[in-house]
Amino acid sequence: MPPDSEAIAEQVFVALADPSRRAILAALASGGPATATDLASRLPITRQAVAKHLGLLADAGLVTAEPGERRRIRFRLHSAPMQVAQQFLAALARDWDGRLDALRDHLNK
Amino acid sequence: MGFPDRIERVVDIAHPPAKVWAALTTAEGLGSWFGDKASIDLRPGGAAQMTFGGGHTADMRVERVEEPTVFGFTWHISGLPDDDPRRTYVEFTLEPVGVGTRLTVIESGFAQLPGDAYHKAYDGNTSGWASELGELVDYLDAA
Repeated sequence: MPPDSEAIAEQVFVALADPSRRAILAALASGGPATATDLASRLPITRQAVAKHLGLLADAGLVTAEPGERRRIRFRLHSAPMQVAQQFLAALARDWDGRLDALRDHLNK
Repeated sequence: MGFPDRIERVVDIAHPPAKVWAALTTAEGLGSWFGDKASIDLRPGGAAQMTFGGGHTADMRVERVEEPTVFGFTWHISGLPDDDPRRTYVEFTLEPVGVGTRLTVIESGFAQLPGDAYHKAYDGNTSGWASELGELVDYLDAA
């Protein structure tokens, strides 16, 4: 594994550990790119807090800023780090223990 | 390393390798214990598919067929988009032990990344705008 992929995944999990950041990511996932002001109006989070969370999400590579006039910068979800994190989740979710139990039950029938 | 690239299990099964082999490599067997329904073209490069409850399907590509000792296939990493090229490799090894079988399953490749493409996308999207965000925070804090 490239040495930085675990660091990327860790940033994703840290980002997702906070309910406000989950709400911001969920809003961007469901509604598409939005400005900090849009997000603050849709969520029970102040604009200042939205901006700080967007900073952390950007450091984690989970959102990117679209080019534009400063007040109207829209942020959009960036999925690449999620896909790194999903690899780790996939390993945890494979459940070979359950499958091998099912194989045994099948053969014992 | 906090995350696994490889999963390995060894189980002893009280049935001979031929019977275990059939459960692993036939549509009837796979459709009984692994999925709800299965199809398989049992040759290297052959396609196999399993359908699970709820309509979820898994497409597999058969990679190794050495009856009755080694059966290997690759499949998609669940949770990633359908067009994502990453796959894990699953290999079953059957070893006769008395009248039964020692079955080893190894699934590997969870930690792979699709080469430089990912890093390019990642770096390209994160560099050069952090300062803009700093300005935005300043702006909002001042508002």
